[in-house]
Amino acid sequence: MTSYRLNQGGLIDRAQPLSFSFDGKPMTGFAGDSLASALLANGQRLMGRSFKYHRPRGVLTAGAAEPNALMTIGKGGRTETNTRATMQELYAGLTARSQNRWPSLDHDIGALNGLLSPFLSAGFYYKTFMWPATFWEKLYEPFIRKAAGLGEAAKESDPDRFEKCWAHCDLLVIGAGATGLAAALTAGRAGARVILLDEQATIGGGLLSETATISGVPAPRFAETLLAELEALPNVRVLPRTTAFGWYDGNVFGAVERVQKHLAEPLANRPVERLWRIIAGQALLATGAEERPLVFGGNDIPGVMMASAARSYVNRYAVAPARQMAVFTTNDSGYALVRDLEAAGVSLSAIIDSRAEGAAPGLYKGSARIIPGAVVRDAHGGKSLSAITIASQGRTEKLGVDGLAVSGGFSPIVHLACHRGGKLSWSDENGAFLAEDRKGLALAGAAAGLSGLATCLEAGARTALALLDQLGIAATFAPFPDVEGDIVAPATKPLWSIPGIKGKAFIDFQNDVHRADLGLAVREGYAHVELAKRYTTNGMATDQGKLSNVNAIGLLAEARGVSPDEVGTTTFRPFYTPVSFGALAGSSHGKHFQPVRQSPLHDWAKKNGARFVETGLWYRSAWFPRAGESTWRESVDREVRTVREKAGLCDVSMLGKIEITGKDAATFLDRVYCNGFANLPVGKARYGLMLREDGFIYDDGTTSRLAEDRFFMTTTTAYAAGVLNHLEFCAQALWPELDVRLASVTDQWAQMAIAGPLARAILQDIVDADISNEAFPFLGARTVSLFNGALAGRLFRISFSGELAYELAVPAGYGESVADALMEIGKPHGMCAYGVEALSVLRIEKGHVTHNEINGTVVPADLGFGRMVSTKKADFIGKHMLSREGLVAANRHQLVGVVPLDPATSFRTGAHILAKGATATLESSLGHVSSSCHSPHVGSTIGLALVRAGASRHGEEVMVWNGLRGEYTPGRLCDPVFVDPAHEKLKV
Amino acid sequence: MASLIACPHCGRRPKEEFTIKGAALVRPEPEADADTWFDHVYLRDNPRGRYAEFWHHTSGCRRWLVVTRDTATHELEETRDAALWRRETAR
Repeated sequence: MTSYRLNQGGLIDRAQPLSFSFDGKPMTGFAGDSLASALLANGQRLMGRSFKYHRPRGVLTAGAAEPNALMTIGKGGRTETNTRATMQELYAGLTARSQNRWPSLDHDIGALNGLLSPFLSAGFYYKTFMWPATFWEKLYEPFIRKAAGLGEAAKESDPDRFEKCWAHCDLLVIGAGATGLAAALTAGRAGARVILLDEQATIGGGLLSETATISGVPAPRFAETLLAELEALPNVRVLPRTTAFGWYDGNVFGAVERVQKHLAEPLANRPVERLWRIIAGQALLATGAEERPLVFGGNDIPGVMMASAARSYVNRYAVAPARQMAVFTTNDSGYALVRDLEAAGVSLSAIIDSRAEGAAPGLYKGSARIIPGAVVRDAHGGKSLSAITIASQGRTEKLGVDGLAVSGGFSPIVHLACHRGGKLSWSDENGAFLAEDRKGLALAGAAAGLSGLATCLEAGARTALALLDQLGIAATFAPFPDVEGDIVAPATKPLWSIPGIKGKAFIDFQNDVHRADLGLAVREGYAHVELAKRYTTNGMATDQGKLSNVNAIGLLAEARGVSPDEVGTTTFRPFYTPVSFGALAGSSHGKHFQPVRQSPLHDWAKKNGARFVETGLWYRSAWFPRAGESTWRESVDREVRTVREKAGLCDVSMLGKIEITGKDAATFLDRVYCNGFANLPVGKARYGLMLREDGFIYDDGTTSRLAEDRFFMTTTTAYAAGVLNHLEFCAQALWPELDVRLASVTDQWAQMAIAGPLARAILQDIVDADISNEAFPFLGARTVSLFNGALAGRLFRISFSGELAYELAVPAGYGESVADALMEIGKPHGMCAYGVEALSVLRIEKGHVTHNEINGTVVPADLGFGRMVSTKKADFIGKHMLSREGLVAANRHQLVGVVPLDPATSFRTGAHILAKGATATLESSLGHVSSSCHSPHVGSTIGLALVRAGASRHGEEVMVWNGLRGEYTPGRLCDPVFVDPAHEKLKV
Repeated sequence: MASLIACPHCGRRPKEEFTIKGAALVRPEPEADADTWFDHVYLRDNPRGRYAEFWHHTSGCRRWLVVTRDTATHELEETRDAALWRRETAR
């Protein structure tokens, strides 16, 4: 393979050769190369296949807008698809693979699509795949997905780290070309906090590809000097390899820094990418301009590239784009390339200048043949350009070239200025869409439609001054030295359409939209810019139309006979260029996806052999298997029986715990609970129901009065955070006049339930005071001294299981040793540890509700709590909506128990309750099973259900129907309390 | 919606620290009639422009705020502590 590398020049380091591979072929480049420049230097022009027609494609640009040279790089979990070869820095050992081809890039079966192109025009999918509807999922979509596409994502997980961070600055400068450097320096010298970012690895932007000199210094060296000064300023942060991808409310900018994407093996102690959120006092968009392609036949053949890209390859990377070049331009910028090609010794056939008058007099002093008033009508060749047809004044001429550089003028890169609703307006003078400065954001340099190095340097500095002035920061203007040898290209009239084209003239290279597609869209009534986009898919690829949108708008304007301004643009949204999911996820990945909450009794549970279950962030002990138990049911049944017959200890630390203090604490509780709390005596606990303002139950729990002005509230585990937020809302936004303080103490207390007939005997061993039924009756709640005064805890005589039971809270750090002590004392009594599964069985047997029942559709009366609701209180949350017709209707769903008629049969939670003999339809459903379990006490499955008028249907035979599984279980409705309905065990 | 909210206690903080509750409405008096309560619980305006809402600085100072913003421009007009707001609107 012949080298296209120039013998001298460029910003590459010839002392540092780097080996890499493309589709398995070993190649060599140099440090400072992009993957694209290295491929070109190796003579690899064919870099990919197009999305729809599988046409051979080469590299078109040297930057972020690249639509063709998309490759898969890396291996295993580090595989990255659709990488723009123009943006990928070359590193030793890089492996690149071409995409969307089979079996190989050179011989691609999919290229047959090109022959079918008459049938694959705009709207093809809409017209062809309309029916039968069932074919879409099974046939059409898989076929299209296979035939059309980009890279294939890796199945392995990404081994690398990503992180997110915030930054603050006075002035954010986006783009580090001449404009951005001048702005950053002006602000930096004035002492402002500056962040300068640029998507390239090397700071300098267009200066890096420029051959002009500044005060005799070559442009890239000049950029280096400015950078050195910036880096010496402590108030300036320079971020290379960083793309600002979005502008958000509050002048917050999103940016992604590719920290280690240029390394084969990233260092493990650094992220590969960093997502920045930058809060800027003012921001300057110095993003430059995008050169526009020209729409002629075969304009996608490898060998055709943008003139500015060709300049970058020659000047920055020292690569000849071709052996024999031609330049097709509508403006003077093409002549800068011509001059540089000549200086580099690349052979040039002709300059095709669409302007009848050609370049400005004296601009071009070289000897190349200039054909003014001419256009390239068609390019010819297969996998590589071989010739072009030039049309001029009615005559055509075929010219053999293998490289064609094109310039159709420049479009300022204004994406970010539009992310918050800014609109662009067409400027005939600039031949481009321009954005206006917005609050907090200004544009300068080529991004504002300017051209010329000297102009951009001054504009950058002056705009920075204006922005600093708005921030109240004084700065002075320092002129930059003289620029020599810069070819300034004033804007010219755009050349939208070229007549007489024979081949396919592409507008959107990445999505394979060509001129005929756009014409079809107009003829079929989709001429509106937003409709044309969706109908043709122009601008919908990963490049989001960076090269294609303005040409499409120009052609639509021509077809409609209006100005591009009237056509307008489609909507600009983040992201400017694709951002990896890894960067967006940051560190929220794997075990860092969310925090793990462990109870203070976690280690106690662990050493007692607990199996854990995740509930929200918590790891709760689910059951405690013992030797010989082979199923979870065996363990749970044993635990339940032990609690009912002897005693058990269960970790209930994850219940929400809120300390409520203040002289109005009782009044406050009276208003947030539907039942009364003001009259709760000190030393007593009470079950409370909290409603939402619409009357439905929000949460339940027990609240104990520890002193006149001190209460201890427990909430359900799931609603702990929500209840605290709600209470804070009530205290702050509803009744700020109440003296009440709230503090979450969930993590401060280890809390354990000791339940079962022997609970008191066991507990009395560590509690110093008498806890006999007389001394410490049901619902007692008080601070107790433990272990002969060694420790103070809080003891509550409350029961979720229906047995004689207590909950003991001790400071979190003592939890494990107190639980150990109790287990030791309980051993001779036969006490066991029990988990949340057994807890659940015990509560269902007792008919106690949880959020399975409190599901947002129930009012207190539905659960049999109607009489709890205070009729005396003037006000509480939810009171005023409770009496609405629908909430007091007789046929509401009410809590009821349900058992199978045959104890050998079973049913599941979620099953519907049907009246006996009713058809199994959702319309005839009377309600559903909200909780179910196997009850060792009853000896069969039992359930709690919410059934229409359920309270009056006890004894009724029903059918329990699970439509998903086709299960029918004859059952009977009953009292929801299966154990000790008279509640005598609680009070012994 | 704004990316940053100026908490009167903590300063300008990212919106991820806050939780929204909805329109900042004064709770009716207990003796208000059923229609008033129904309006309060269920009916909301959906203005284009100025809108006052309750926000909670959940991951910050845990104070409830009344945030006034423009639904069209996303500009934040004012943030106040809800207790102060309540005391003043009650009068």
